[in-house]
Amino acid sequence: MMTYFPEEVVEHIFGFLTAHCDRNAASLVCRAWYHVERMSRRRVFVGNCYAVRPERVAARFPAVRGSPTSPISTSSPPTGRPRRALDRGLRLLPAAAAAGGRGGRAGGGCGGGAPLEELRMKRMVVSDECLETLARSFPNFRALVLISCEGFSTHGLAAVATHCRHLREIDLQENEIEDRGPQWLSCFPESCTSLVSLNFACLKGEINVAALERLVSRCPNLRSLRLNRAVSVEALSRILMKAPQLVDLGTGSFWVDHRSEAFHRLISAIERCKSLRSLSGFWDASPLCLPAIYPICSNLTGLNLSYAPAIQGSDLIKLIRHCWKLQRLWVLDCIGDKGLAIVASTCKELQELRVFPSDIYGAGSATVTEEGLVAVSFGCPKLHSLLYFCHQMTNAALITVANNCPNFTRFRLCILEPKKPDPLTNQPLDEGFGAIVRSSKGLRRLSLSGLLTDQVFMYIGMYAKKLEMLSIAFAGDSDKGMLYVLNGCKNLRKLEIRDCPFGDGALLENVAKYETMRSLWMSSCDVTLGGCRALAAKMPMLNVEVINERDESEESEESPSDFHKVEKMYVYRTIAGPRDDAPDFVWIL
Amino acid sequence: MSIETERSSTESEVSGLDYEETALTLGLPGGARAAGSDPERKRGFSQTVDLALGTSRNDPRGGGSGRGGGGGGSSGDRSDESLDREVSRSEKPPAPKARVVGWPPVRSYRKNALKSCTFVKVAVDGAPYLRKVDLEVYGGYEQLLSALQEMFSCFTIRNYPNEERKLVDPVNGTEYVPTYEDKDGDWMLVGDVPWKMFVESCKRIRLMKSSEAINLAPRAPR
Repeated sequence: MMTYFPEEVVEHIFGFLTAHCDRNAASLVCRAWYHVERMSRRRVFVGNCYAVRPERVAARFPAVRGSPTSPISTSSPPTGRPRRALDRGLRLLPAAAAAGGRGGRAGGGCGGGAPLEELRMKRMVVSDECLETLARSFPNFRALVLISCEGFSTHGLAAVATHCRHLREIDLQENEIEDRGPQWLSCFPESCTSLVSLNFACLKGEINVAALERLVSRCPNLRSLRLNRAVSVEALSRILMKAPQLVDLGTGSFWVDHRSEAFHRLISAIERCKSLRSLSGFWDASPLCLPAIYPICSNLTGLNLSYAPAIQGSDLIKLIRHCWKLQRLWVLDCIGDKGLAIVASTCKELQELRVFPSDIYGAGSATVTEEGLVAVSFGCPKLHSLLYFCHQMTNAALITVANNCPNFTRFRLCILEPKKPDPLTNQPLDEGFGAIVRSSKGLRRLSLSGLLTDQVFMYIGMYAKKLEMLSIAFAGDSDKGMLYVLNGCKNLRKLEIRDCPFGDGALLENVAKYETMRSLWMSSCDVTLGGCRALAAKMPMLNVEVINERDESEESEESPSDFHKVEKMYVYRTIAGPRDDAPDFVWIL
Repeated sequence: MSIETERSSTESEVSGLDYEETALTLGLPGGARAAGSDPERKRGFSQTVDLALGTSRNDPRGGGSGRGGGGGGSSGDRSDESLDREVSRSEKPPAPKARVVGWPPVRSYRKNALKSCTFVKVAVDGAPYLRKVDLEVYGGYEQLLSALQEMFSCFTIRNYPNEERKLVDPVNGTEYVPTYEDKDGDWMLVGDVPWKMFVESCKRIRLMKSSEAINLAPRAPR
């Protein structure tokens, strides 16, 4: 039936398919659809940068303009994760430029160039040269989003600011950026007035505040601005006076003498920002400065106080009482169970809650337990996304939470002490997590902790049919645990396991499964080198990488035997073959 | 005897783990974990527990991914340690944080961001520049003052009989009193509060000329 329609009509229909998975599905129907879809796709998502070569992407999708690229997801948080020595991003760009058909290069690609406009990268090594190439090659470049990347400096940012004259978005989230001076902000030309979003909160050094103020003044469309620690309260006040239209603000250093003029100016400036819906930053925030935001709290839908350890439970409580429209809240665990009870009674619209540990290094002081979570589950029925670091959890609490909140899409629970049982019953937490997966049928992401046996994996395999990502640590008793998951979770994409008694038996039982997944990570388990080799031999479409970061002096001269247990193993499907940028301690089998 | 009964009733058949920590003993739960609870594991959690968290020592800040102290020591030693801890810190919550590599799963960005908030600016009356110090690096007031002395190079430390510490510029004999601004915005004399409390509450340091320091809250008589 569809063959009645000319290609333009089919292409028009595909234009309404925005989700990558939908477009992927459409391209599998028949050759005609494959052809139409690939010629009209504008944005490409590559979940694992090593799964496919950039040239191949460019060849298939010649019209690509925006390329959100997310690389390998490693287990969180492995220490000493393998460093991607080569700059994958750089390889993507020339290919995209070639396909863009500037002057009809690199044959095949359709004409009417499609220059790169958006780039989104996560956990990549990005160099200044890469950013400079990007900026010079694509003067129409609009949006740069870098998350957890490293390898570049403020010089790279300067290049982007200088050459990309229609820049709309620079979003730098949690990157390691080398500070080479504050000049980059001055590199935005006077003609740049198009900025909508600017986030440099992760920059460690000083910045040119005057240049920032001028930039903000001339960008009337600026909606989102996240400053770094170097920006003082005085500067923040001046900036807010120039940009009262902001919707999302990340403050700089949020400390000022609350008896001073500067504090009063801050209050006036914030009061004018009637459109503010989301606040973050609060670096070095003192509790006495918090009242400055009270005037706009009732408008807030998002609040991130997770970088303000000086704000204790009682101050948080005072603040939260004003924020009754909150949908997303990120806090430190010093909020305490009492504070969470206040969240429960105040924030009826809450959808996402993240409670981070405030004291990672020493013995804990005030923290949260299962009580806080239970309270929130009673008070906030719309809760669907949770990240919760706590000292303890009980089965009864988890069952209650499961009953109150059947809509979880993300449920990540981290009990700080590994293998901790239910303190009331001394039982494993199998039943509690079982209740969660049974009740939240739409669960896509799950992280487990506490004492767990194979039973919890049986529940997960049985009930978590929509599960896409699972993180396991210090859990299970035998290979059966891992197999329940591999055999049961039809939609599983990423599985990361550490310190579990899963061995070669589990690894090799259902090898076809790994081709349906993006990746499998296992560290400190019972998988041996022989097992990994067997997997690599059986499945040529998988890359099996073994990471062994031992000291050179510790290794014996001969290569380790097949019985040697591997430290870390990473398996992922790919059509690109083994990668060529692996550092020395990564063995590709 | 009662401990034995407790243990047999709580030990799980499935995991074989020893739930001694939840039995009624004087030890802190989690603190006196028996070694080798899972000997088959290549790198069992129990072997990486760092039990060097006693109150008497400065907490060694080994960094977020600090490899645990390797456990070690007999169970006997451990329970003694935990007994001491119990007696001296009965108000503190039970389980001391165990150090396992890469656990809890917190991004290093977050760890670093929360870690570095102990940098404070140091100003000296009359000097045209500021310096910054990381208070966490020092073990106590003595070390901090020595560092300040080195940093501004023109001072020597003079100890007064009543344990006041002052920095003196030998050129003109001007005395400077180390003061700091705390989180509430009040200016205090350095040295009045316990070191750890100082580290947590100090926002910045100012070496004030003695003559100007008379307005500060007087020291409590010792």
